[in-house]
Amino acid sequence: MSYKPIDAIAHATPDPIANKVRGLSDRAIAWIFVAPSIFLLLAVNIFPLIWTIRLSFTNFRVNRPNNDVEWVGLRNYERILNDADIWNTMQATAHFLLWTIVLQVLIGFALAYLINKKFKGNDMWTTIIVFPMMLSPAVVGNFWTFLYQPQIGLFNYVIGFLTGADPSSFSMIGDTHLAPWAIVIVDTWMWTPFVMLICLAGLRSIPDSIYEAAECDRASKWRQFWTITIPMALPFLMLAVLFRGIENFKMFDLVVQLTGGGPGSITTLTSIDLKREAFEKWRTGYSSAYAVILFVTVFGLASIYVKALNKVKER
Amino acid sequence: MSFSVTEPSNRQKWFAGVLVVGYALITIMPLLWIIATGFKSPADAIAYPPKVVFEPTVEGYVNLFTSRTRATEDMLAELGEPTTWYDRIVRQYDMVITGPSRYGERFLNSVIIGFGSTFLCIVLGTAAAYAFSRFRVPLKDDLLFFILSTRMMPPIAVAIPIFLMFRQLGLNDTHAGMILLYTAVNLSLSVWLLKGFIDEIPIEYEEAALIDGYTRFQAFYKVVLPQAATGIASTAIFCLIFAWNEYAFAVLLTSGTAQTAPPFIPTIIGVGGQDWPAVAAGATIFLVPVMVFTILLRKHLLRGITFGAVRK
Repeated sequence: MSYKPIDAIAHATPDPIANKVRGLSDRAIAWIFVAPSIFLLLAVNIFPLIWTIRLSFTNFRVNRPNNDVEWVGLRNYERILNDADIWNTMQATAHFLLWTIVLQVLIGFALAYLINKKFKGNDMWTTIIVFPMMLSPAVVGNFWTFLYQPQIGLFNYVIGFLTGADPSSFSMIGDTHLAPWAIVIVDTWMWTPFVMLICLAGLRSIPDSIYEAAECDRASKWRQFWTITIPMALPFLMLAVLFRGIENFKMFDLVVQLTGGGPGSITTLTSIDLKREAFEKWRTGYSSAYAVILFVTVFGLASIYVKALNKVKER
Repeated sequence: MSFSVTEPSNRQKWFAGVLVVGYALITIMPLLWIIATGFKSPADAIAYPPKVVFEPTVEGYVNLFTSRTRATEDMLAELGEPTTWYDRIVRQYDMVITGPSRYGERFLNSVIIGFGSTFLCIVLGTAAAYAFSRFRVPLKDDLLFFILSTRMMPPIAVAIPIFLMFRQLGLNDTHAGMILLYTAVNLSLSVWLLKGFIDEIPIEYEEAALIDGYTRFQAFYKVVLPQAATGIASTAIFCLIFAWNEYAFAVLLTSGTAQTAPPFIPTIIGVGGQDWPAVAAGATIFLVPVMVFTILLRKHLLRGITFGAVRK
C-alpha cells in the first residue's frame, strides 16, 4: 500500500462526529442541512396555508366544533367581495399604504441625501435616527396614544405651541378626520429610517467617477441630480418601497395599539378586520377566505412589482 | 489634500448637518419622553403643560413590579411603619403592596422565547445557508424564494390554522409552541442573511481544508463557522430583536403562562385608566436593550433589514 500524506493528516484529526458522517456524499450533507428548515417551514407555514384554503370553502366555526361542517363552495368568497364594509377596510388600507410610502420615500430619501454629504458625526446621528425602527411597534404604538392625548399629550402640546391652536381642541385618535393621519404619522416616524438606510446604500453605490465625468461635461448640479443620482438610486428606492409595501399591507400591531381600528371603523385596516372576524366573531370559514384573498393580493402585487424592479435594474 | 469636484463644500456639509441633527432630535423626542415619563409621579405625568423639568421618582417602577391594594386608615395603623423604601412610596397613596406583578414573568417569557427561538434559528439557518451557498441543491432558487415568501403572509392569515394545530398538539400558550413558531417566522431572515455572509467567505479555504484531509463536515465547522462568526452574531441579534418585538402571534396564541411583554405592557392599568409612569417604566426596561443592540449592530443594520438584499 502506498503512503498518502493526505490520509495521514486526515487520520491525525480524529473526531467522533465527523467520523460518523465521513462516508456521506456532498449531496447527502446538503439534504441533511436543508431538510430541517424546509420541514419546519412546511409545517408552520405551508401546512396552515393549505388548511386555511380548505377551511375557506366551509362554514366551520372554531367556537362551535360540534356543528356539522358544511362544504359551501365559493359562498364565502362571494360574500366577502360583495361586502361594502370590507371595501371600506381596503380603502383604509390603501390610504395608509399610499401616504406612508409617499412620506417615507420623500423624507427618507432627503435624509439619505443629506447624510451622504458626509458631515462630521453623520454615523452617530444616523444610528440615533434608526432607533424607532428597531423597537416593538406594539409597545411604542401604545405609548403614542399618550402623546396624542388632548391637553396632556406632548404631540398636541407641540402642535398647539406651533400653530396657536388649543391643545385640547383636537384629538388625533378620537376624530374621524384625524385618525387616518394619526396612524400615518406614527408609521412614518417609525419607518422613515428604513427607507433612509436603503437610499443611503443606493447613493453610496454611485461611483464618484460618474459625477466627475458629468462635471467635465459641465452638467449643472441640478441636471446631475436628475440624470445620475435619481436613476442610479432608483432600484434601491424601489426595493425600499417593496419592503414597506408588504409590511404595511400586513400592518397590525402598531395600528391596533394606537387606535384599535377606531373611531368607528375608520382606521380598521384589513389585518385588524381579519383578526376580528377570526378571533372575535369566530367566523373561521369566512375569515379563512378573507385571509386567502389577502395573501393572493400581496403575493400577486409583489410578483408584478418584482418583475418591474428587475427591469429597472437591467437598464 | 487633493481637490475633488465630488466632495461637498463646507457650507453644504454644515447645512446638511443642521437638518439631519434637527430631524434626529425630533425623532428621538418620543423615546426620551418614554424614559422620562417612567421617572415621573402620576401627577407629573399628566400635568399641563407637559413637564420637562420634574422631580424624578421611581414610583412608576415600583408600580410596575408590584400589585397593590387600597387600605383603610385602620388597616394602615395596624400594619405600623413601612419597612422598606418601596413600601414607603406606596403608603403615600394609602396603598399596600400585595405581591409582585406579572411584569417580571412576562419579561422572563420574552427572554426565554426570544433566546430559544434565536438559538434554533441560527442552528437551522446556518446549516441551510451553508448548503445553499456551497452545494448544488436541486430547485435551489425555488426553495430560496419559497423561504422568503413565507415572510409575505400576514401573521393573522396563518394564525387561524396554527391556533387549531397548536390546540390539537397542546402547544397553545406554551413556551415550546412560541419558540417553534418564532423560529419558523425568523428562519427566512436567518437563511437569507447567513447565506450572504457565507457566500463572502472564499471557497478556497475549504478546498484547502479538504485537500488537507478534512471531511466536508470538519471543513464546515472548523473553517467556515469561525469565519462566519461575526455574520452569525449579527444574524442572531436580528432574530432576537424580531422575536422580542413580535406582537400579533403573541396576542393571539398566548394568554397566561407564555405571554410575552409586548401584549402585556399596554394592559398595565392604574386607578382610572392607564398608569402611564408604570407603562413607561415597563416600556423603558423593554426597549433600552434593543437600543443597545442597535448600536452594536449599526454596521450590519442595512443588511439585516433587507434580508441581505442590500449589502455594504
